[in-house]
Amino acid sequence: MFTKELLDKSSLLRKKWEDEVKKVVAKHADQKEEWSTVSSLNIKRIYGPEDIKDMDFEKDIAYPGQFPYLRGNQATGYRGKYWTFRMFSGMGTAVETNKRWHYLLTTGQTGLSTAFDFPTLMGYDTDSPKAKGECGKCGVAIDTIDDFRDLINGVPLDKITTSMTINPPATALWAMYCASAEQQGIPLNKIGGTIQNDMLKEFIAQKTLMCPPEPSVKLISDTIEFGTKYVPRWNTISISGYHIREAGATAVQELAFTLRDGMEYVEDAIRRKGLHVDEFAPRLSFFFNSHIDFFEEIAKLRAARRIWAKAMPERYGSKDPRSWWMRFHTQTAGCSLTAQQPYNNVVRTATEALAAVLGGTQSLHTNSLDEVLCLPSDHAVQIALRTQQLIAEETGVCNTIDPLAGSYFVEALTNEMEEKAWEYIHKIDDMGGMVAAIEKGFPQMEISDAAYKFQQQIDAKEKIMIGVNKYVEADEQIEIPLLEIDDSVEDEQLERLAAVKRKRDGRKVAECLNELAGACKKGENVMPYCIEAVKNYATVQEICDVYREVYGEYRDPGIY
Amino acid sequence: MSDRRIRILLAKPGLDGHDRGARVLARCFRDAGFEVIYTGCHQTPEQIASAAVQEDVDVVGLSCLSGAHKYLFPQVAKLLQDEGAGDIMVIGGGIIPDQDMQALYEAGLKAIFTPGATLDSLVEWINTNVKPRA
Repeated sequence: MFTKELLDKSSLLRKKWEDEVKKVVAKHADQKEEWSTVSSLNIKRIYGPEDIKDMDFEKDIAYPGQFPYLRGNQATGYRGKYWTFRMFSGMGTAVETNKRWHYLLTTGQTGLSTAFDFPTLMGYDTDSPKAKGECGKCGVAIDTIDDFRDLINGVPLDKITTSMTINPPATALWAMYCASAEQQGIPLNKIGGTIQNDMLKEFIAQKTLMCPPEPSVKLISDTIEFGTKYVPRWNTISISGYHIREAGATAVQELAFTLRDGMEYVEDAIRRKGLHVDEFAPRLSFFFNSHIDFFEEIAKLRAARRIWAKAMPERYGSKDPRSWWMRFHTQTAGCSLTAQQPYNNVVRTATEALAAVLGGTQSLHTNSLDEVLCLPSDHAVQIALRTQQLIAEETGVCNTIDPLAGSYFVEALTNEMEEKAWEYIHKIDDMGGMVAAIEKGFPQMEISDAAYKFQQQIDAKEKIMIGVNKYVEADEQIEIPLLEIDDSVEDEQLERLAAVKRKRDGRKVAECLNELAGACKKGENVMPYCIEAVKNYATVQEICDVYREVYGEYRDPGIY
Repeated sequence: MSDRRIRILLAKPGLDGHDRGARVLARCFRDAGFEVIYTGCHQTPEQIASAAVQEDVDVVGLSCLSGAHKYLFPQVAKLLQDEGAGDIMVIGGGIIPDQDMQALYEAGLKAIFTPGATLDSLVEWINTNVKPRA
């Protein structure tokens, strides 16, 4: 990167600076001995040319739209298009969530993102005993295509992309989307959106579980194959680090485990489905957390793009640069927010959103200040969305692409993130891949270690959370309006489900489910069978019960 | 006074998968010298009550962040009563709004811990309030 002359000069100046530092510190000691990121990565007092002297501008940095895509996939950056303002929402019934969606679309939001309630997320219907008390609490309840149609009512499916945070029952919910689009006369090749559909991170972190890892990956490869053939504008997976981070992982762990998960899916689709990597890899999408440590997050996101761009041709012989692009959504860190002094959360979220933008995200959800306490109120959501709009249109950070490139510190930290992530990736390779690593409990234990260490650091005030362990307000009364989901939602949804069950053709449903079971047993792609089943009003749970029956049920082993 | 160590069952009732708090506590309690049994996620109140009885624990710690605590926590306390194990103490934690506290205490929970509680304060609370049952 630099001439020998410059490095020599720098070394001389650095020596002088170090001497000066020694003198000052002898008189006035630093405020604390160790300066590290929120993930406990040590940071030096200063960075200079010598910290990035081994970088090769062409190989390691280059320009946006050029390998290794460190600086972004698109040549024009945010001048061409801002990131998608995509706020995650869902509560109560489909009709209520649909109202919230129409409100959000009037406020300038450019994409939709669905939060489902726990029974839906886990593949249980509202009338299951396991669902009691949970209906509509953390998101919208969907049992049948009837609910789904109410959910998307009036949303132009060929214009607005919708993301669905759904994992074990992803095939069922995607089938509902496909069937609803067809019924609206919109062909499958015109609809766009995302299903999260990333089971590996469920075993690692989020714990919405259904079947064991191996068949879970099979179902995902089914969706990748179906999307490649029939729904080419759909992102059939959103390979997610968000939940890994929320579970307590460090930034490096989030980066490494997420990318290694992505590699596992690529390997399975190639091996099981006989697809060529470039047939499907351009539709793989990712989802990261943006935590409070500003530069660490920027470095992480930049490193993610470069690792993926290298891995795809090197590991899988990919020839199409579109497969090398790491496209990702980002959400600010829920776990960084505090119940104490909740208005401070606006500042945290703004800082994290800014990091995501400087890291080049393509889509963003900003958390609302009250999300640590309840589902967000309209007003809190509006502030969170305005935070994004303000970053985009007032602050000027979108004027130029990847403005931090070339910073000694940011480039050195980006390199460090990448190196440390590769160490983990190779370690997991050596274990036989991510499924094998999960079965050994490896990523789970690494995250547990990090989460425990962080809590101890908070308790010891080595890491600071304002309002929690510093600047605490004694006897604080938290007075913000809480949005509560009324228990009557459950009764209403039970009635809706009962009505559908009364009017549908029970024999036809049983037939569809039987055929789905047959497809599972024969190893066929389940998607066409799912679409047929949901059209005939099979419920989410009925489809998932077929999977549990054929593939077996997975229970959380409770690793800590 | 028995020299038996305090036995604690940590459990995640319902469908909530937010287990960071429960897992951090499991480690913390283990390091504090308690015998810890962690159920993992997605336990029904019936499973939790029956595990508590079978494992002969002194205290059950419930963690829920989904908003379903209003049904799940009292249900565990009630099932323990029904099984004649009302002397097993039940405590809870998670995202529990202030206005729900009273109902949970009335249902038999002995303590509710919310975000911001330190690990030390939890260990101290248990050492002060839980005695190993004979």
